Amino acid sequence: MTNEQEFIITLNNVNKWYGQFHVLKDINLNVKVGERIVICGPSGSGKSTMIRCINHLEEHQEGEIVVDGVVLNNDLKNIGQIRKEVGMVFQHFNLFPHLTVLQNCTLAPIWVRKMPQKEAEAIAMKYLERVKIPEQANKFPGQLSGGQQQRVAIARSLCMNPRVMLFDEPTSALDPEMIKEVLDVMVELAQEGMTMLCVTHEMGFAKKVADRVIFMDAGQIVEENEPQEFFNNPQSDRTKLFLSQVLGH
Amino acid sequence: MEKFTPIESRPAPLVEVGIIGWMRRNLFSSIPNTLVTIFTAYMLWIVLVPFLNWAFISSDWFGESRHDCTSGGACWVFVTVRWNLFMYGFYPEDSYWRPNLAFILLIAIIAWLSIPNLPFKKWVGIAAITIYPVVAYTLLYGGFGLDVIPTHRWGGLMLTLVLALIGIVVAIPIGILLALGRRSEMPVIKMVCVIFIEFWRGVPLITILFMASVMLPLFFAGGTDADKLMRALIGIVMFQSAYMAEVVRGGLQALSKGQFEGADALGLSYWQKMNLVVLPQALKIMIPGIVNTLISLFKDTSLIVIIGLLDVLGMVRQALSDPAWLGYPAEGYLFAAFMFWIFCFSMSRYSIYLEDRLNTGHRN
Ligand SMILES: Nc1ncnc2c1ncn2[C@@H]1O[C@H](COP(=O)(O)OP(=O)(O)OP(=O)(O)O)[C@@H](O)[C@H]1O
Ligand SMILES: [Mg+2]
Repeated sequence: MTNEQEFIITLNNVNKWYGQFHVLKDINLNVKVGERIVICGPSGSGKSTMIRCINHLEEHQEGEIVVDGVVLNNDLKNIGQIRKEVGMVFQHFNLFPHLTVLQNCTLAPIWVRKMPQKEAEAIAMKYLERVKIPEQANKFPGQLSGGQQQRVAIARSLCMNPRVMLFDEPTSALDPEMIKEVLDVMVELAQEGMTMLCVTHEMGFAKKVADRVIFMDAGQIVEENEPQEFFNNPQSDRTKLFLSQVLGH
Repeated sequence: MEKFTPIESRPAPLVEVGIIGWMRRNLFSSIPNTLVTIFTAYMLWIVLVPFLNWAFISSDWFGESRHDCTSGGACWVFVTVRWNLFMYGFYPEDSYWRPNLAFILLIAIIAWLSIPNLPFKKWVGIAAITIYPVVAYTLLYGGFGLDVIPTHRWGGLMLTLVLALIGIVVAIPIGILLALGRRSEMPVIKMVCVIFIEFWRGVPLITILFMASVMLPLFFAGGTDADKLMRALIGIVMFQSAYMAEVVRGGLQALSKGQFEGADALGLSYWQKMNLVVLPQALKIMIPGIVNTLISLFKDTSLIVIIGLLDVLGMVRQALSDPAWLGYPAEGYLFAAFMFWIFCFSMSRYSIYLEDRLNTGHRN
């Protein structure tokens, strides 16, 4: 197996600054196909920035990012290529409020993948069924609960048939009773073998599905390990402190 | 253990019905409210009654000259005698059917697009922006076997509508492009747009019209040949697109960053993102601002009088200076005001209707 096939995402010495502020410092990360990675760390440590660099919502200034064999640079064609293969789920859903749930799901397949409308709709319904809300297909996002909206957002990403899914705190804007319905969908997705990078503070989710947990602080990857080891036997003090705060209550 | 049973839903209480009930609740609910009601009614009485009497009850509507105005009230003969002038300017009488037909077609298109459930909306819309302008131009100006009627003979309400409609229809897309350019990450495009917008916004329309008619011919050898109306139109469109651009920019700013990112993350291209996600939402937010701009454009068309074209207000003022008809400014200006009001009010109602129809629950 060659390297490109083994690692679907590679970050090599990636650095990024916001003005003078050094947000990402020498980030190195290799993600295998089918791997499920949970990223955690204190607020402001650069978790969002890191995963947003992977689909070029943020631009890195130094280092190399390769996604599915495509090098991420300023070439618009490469960016478009990568975004087709990388799905993203946001904290605040970012559904399009002027389109119905179904239209939200078919928009990108029709316009980016040039799929016929009928086919796109069939696929959208399949994924809406998988996230268990096919009956909401013709409603507008504003008429759904937060948990339902986030499940639509997941379905919308899946409709592009991505090879990788990025999640940026998908449950932290949700009321407690809705967190589970979203996590259930994500667990199912993980068990089906989707490659996932997930920024989350849901440690239960990490223990259940993650192959690897990454801990970030001050723009660096401080520690990474299998969940078992990570939670039971953290190496650095920073990780220990963080875990005691997150798991403490 | 006690079992929880939700209380049965009851219908909402009936409010007091009938006109008496309504009046008691809204007009006479308290002593101050009653006083305000009585005072307002009194003011209406002393203003409205004489006005209605002057305008309708003791007024004259038809005749040939001022001698037919004998009732002592409004002399609407002043208007009815010149009705054609006020509507069409000096457009030849045997060709009135041409602007009429163009106008009827326009109304038909708008109606078709507004009435829900009519078929072929997309095709009618495409025809409206491709075929209709050609048809309307041919009807109004001539060609294809129709006599050419030069634009200096156009006037009155017809000219007002031509200026306002073309100004509106052309300024909206240019304004959108300018607004997008102003937010562009490419410095040259951004700078060009900023300079364009700030230049045209900083100059009064009256100056622009004046420059268009007087100065262009000085600077450009061929400038004198360019049609006066065409020059005025270019000025109006420039001015109006600069305003429109700022309205659009406001709408774009009201959208959350998440909408742009959501579209980006799905792999939509820049233009797909704008056309499918950003502009449909931004335009909805912008409707009140756009209509506001359009209404002020509609009224500003009167300024073309300074370059010698006579819109409906210009025609009225010319008529007022006719020695045979001295002394009817009230009738003349009321009529002009009423014409403007009808169109501006319709635009305002249409925008409210549009907002309602496009409403899809809370926005993001
Ligand atoms: N557009 C920006 N301009 C300047 N600074 C920024 C910008 N976006 C983020 N930052 C800063 O970069 C740092 C990292 O931000 P980031 O959003 O990646 O953190 P995070 O780990 O995701 O935190 P959280 O858990 O709060 O989401 C923060 O200190 C933040 O203030
Ligand atoms: Mg974050």
